[in-house]
Amino acid sequence: MVTAPERVWWRVPVSRAEMVWIVLAFLLVMVFFSLWMALWHGIGRQNATGAAYKVAPQTYREEVFAFARQWKVGEENGIPVVAPPPGSHVYLLAQRFSWYPILKLKAGETYHLHMASTDVLHGFSLSPHQWAIQLYPGYEWVMSFTPDKPGTYHIICNDFCGLGHQTMLGKIIVEG
Amino acid sequence: MASASASAGYRVCPVTGLKVFLPTERLIQAVAVSAVVALLIGGIAALFVVLNRWLGPDVVAPSRFYMWIALHGWNMLVFWIVLFEVALLYFASSVLLSTRLVWPRLAWVSLGLMVVGVALTDVAVVRTPQNYLSFQPYVPLQGTPDFYLGPILFTVGSLSALAVFFATIYTAQKEKVVGRSLPLVVYGAAVAAIIAVATLVVGAMAFIPAFLWSLGLVGSVDAFWWKLTYWGFGHPAQQINLAAMITVWYFLAYITVGGVTPSEKVSRLAFVCYLVAINLGSAHHLQTEASGALSVPWKWINTGYLVHLAVLGSMIHAFAVPAAIEIGQRLRGHGQGWFRWLIKAPWGNPAFSSLVLSIALFGFLGGTSGVIYGTEQPNLLWHNTLAVVGHFKGTVVLGTTLAFMGVTWYVLPLIFRRQVVGRPLAVVQPWLFGVGMALLAVAFMKLGVADGVPRKQGDIFLFGGSAFAFPYPAHVWAWMAVAGIGGLLGVLGGAIFVGLVVGTVLMGKRLSEAELKGGYGLPGAVPAPVGGAVHSLPVPKGTLVLTIIFWLFFLAMYLRAFAQLSSTWPLGH
Repeated sequence: MVTAPERVWWRVPVSRAEMVWIVLAFLLVMVFFSLWMALWHGIGRQNATGAAYKVAPQTYREEVFAFARQWKVGEENGIPVVAPPPGSHVYLLAQRFSWYPILKLKAGETYHLHMASTDVLHGFSLSPHQWAIQLYPGYEWVMSFTPDKPGTYHIICNDFCGLGHQTMLGKIIVEG
Repeated sequence: MASASASAGYRVCPVTGLKVFLPTERLIQAVAVSAVVALLIGGIAALFVVLNRWLGPDVVAPSRFYMWIALHGWNMLVFWIVLFEVALLYFASSVLLSTRLVWPRLAWVSLGLMVVGVALTDVAVVRTPQNYLSFQPYVPLQGTPDFYLGPILFTVGSLSALAVFFATIYTAQKEKVVGRSLPLVVYGAAVAAIIAVATLVVGAMAFIPAFLWSLGLVGSVDAFWWKLTYWGFGHPAQQINLAAMITVWYFLAYITVGGVTPSEKVSRLAFVCYLVAINLGSAHHLQTEASGALSVPWKWINTGYLVHLAVLGSMIHAFAVPAAIEIGQRLRGHGQGWFRWLIKAPWGNPAFSSLVLSIALFGFLGGTSGVIYGTEQPNLLWHNTLAVVGHFKGTVVLGTTLAFMGVTWYVLPLIFRRQVVGRPLAVVQPWLFGVGMALLAVAFMKLGVADGVPRKQGDIFLFGGSAFAFPYPAHVWAWMAVAGIGGLLGVLGGAIFVGLVVGTVLMGKRLSEAELKGGYGLPGAVPAPVGGAVHSLPVPKGTLVLTIIFWLFFLAMYLRAFAQLSSTWPLGH
């Protein structure tokens, strides 16, 4: 290993113990792990499948404001609480250091979630923990999702977005 | 003889019989010392990062936390590790091949550039809060020009060091100092170096536009493009660390117990797997982006089959390195039963315990979590949570850093020719560091996957007084305490390491040739039947049992990740 090998090193047969291991490792990572990723798109219910659009920050901001005006039912800490009907398109805007608006949804219903940032990168994540999505300025994601358990979910920005990053919280209320 | 070698500019190592050229030796010393300085800065920062997470914003304010984590990330993940790797490359090319280092002046210039790069970045971070940007300084957050110039200079310096490495091997082969087949350890170092060239070139593609943009010379940089390109540097940089760590593993297996790889062919092929596929690992940093932006087949091929080819390489090393230890031990007379070779191993040698801890903890914590977390769907659960931090504590800290610390116990006597001071402390050091960081890694993975506690977050206690603040459940604080205690043990282990290295370099007893020969002799007389008939080597049956246990653990953890994901809100269906 530390000195140069003899010239015929590539002709030396591989021992049986090592062959056993190589076959086992190959089956696990190249066959099972790789295939399972694709299979989960069929059998699993959590995939980052969705549409993506390029969007100017100002255009996206106007889309979200129009949506919030249409379904506003209240206000909390200066942020509108919005209750869109099940099956509809819902919008979230991430900007330093807030999430806009507060969504009020029905448990077990499916919504089409639009998300984008209008300034820097942000990270969408929830507590209690569900999943995290990376957001960019200039790009709008549309993903369908089903909040299937009632409760109050706190949105936490989980990518550093500036010195006020730790205050960037929001809320999704899921009613039973 | 001695005077002849001295006039030729080299000495013959009384332990290994290798020719150590004096310019190489001085360079390795200077580069290694610079690496340890970076480790010290990163370690001081680590203390404040841990205290903020564990004890909250009253102890370390959120804005300070962002400064410390920026210093911590850059100094540990880039400066310490890359500098140490440069020392390793000079060692592998010049010392192991018993040849002179070509272009020593370029090597000194490269070190100068790297040191200036470190200083620029560190000063830029401390100087202004605008530069409190972590190792992922995503555009359009903007640092000042010197913040980008630091990594660019460091990159140019590293590329120059790589040029010296390649030119040295080329010259050695041309002058027939070495044959066409390099020793496995040099071969592994060369693979790390080739990955490094690709990585650093992509790094320039990300940081040069960002630098020009910070100067106002470029209007804007697309955020999505930048993150994709940045990770073409950020992740492959960790694959250099991986290849370098495995190389050190083989070296330590040889030098501590006279290890012999079960198959030169298979071990080399595993390194080739890295070379072909591993840079694609960067694609798994874009798993939570909508498939309309990055298609499902794109993610599947890149982060499935192609990356898994590199994972196969790691799986092969996961057998070959412990098997090399087992074969070495059996050849040295510890051949009875299944595990006597392991029980009778030189546990009192800190280099050996570092090696074993590095292999086991990298495998069970770092490697497995990386494969699972890099998989398209579990990534949704892990992305940007503390679990990510748990993962890379398992790889670059418990794996790479621990292995580099282990090899340092040989660098000090053989290259610095000084006796390690405080030997009893050195014996405890790997355990303190390994166990502490393992506690932190496990706790962070738990906090990230189960509770989604974010990384890069300066106040998970009060959220900076946000009107929407909420309290985490009690078990989060229990796990955070585990992480805090583990982190402090890790910092203590790191401090002991730095203290012993500095103490040895400054005050360690100078070792004479006779003392070196007596005290650091290579284990047993194993004139490695490298590439010899396979049947002449003992069967590593104990290793096979251990790796099958690892295989089952890996599969169980993988399935568990999907089980955890399946209980979250359905998405993208």
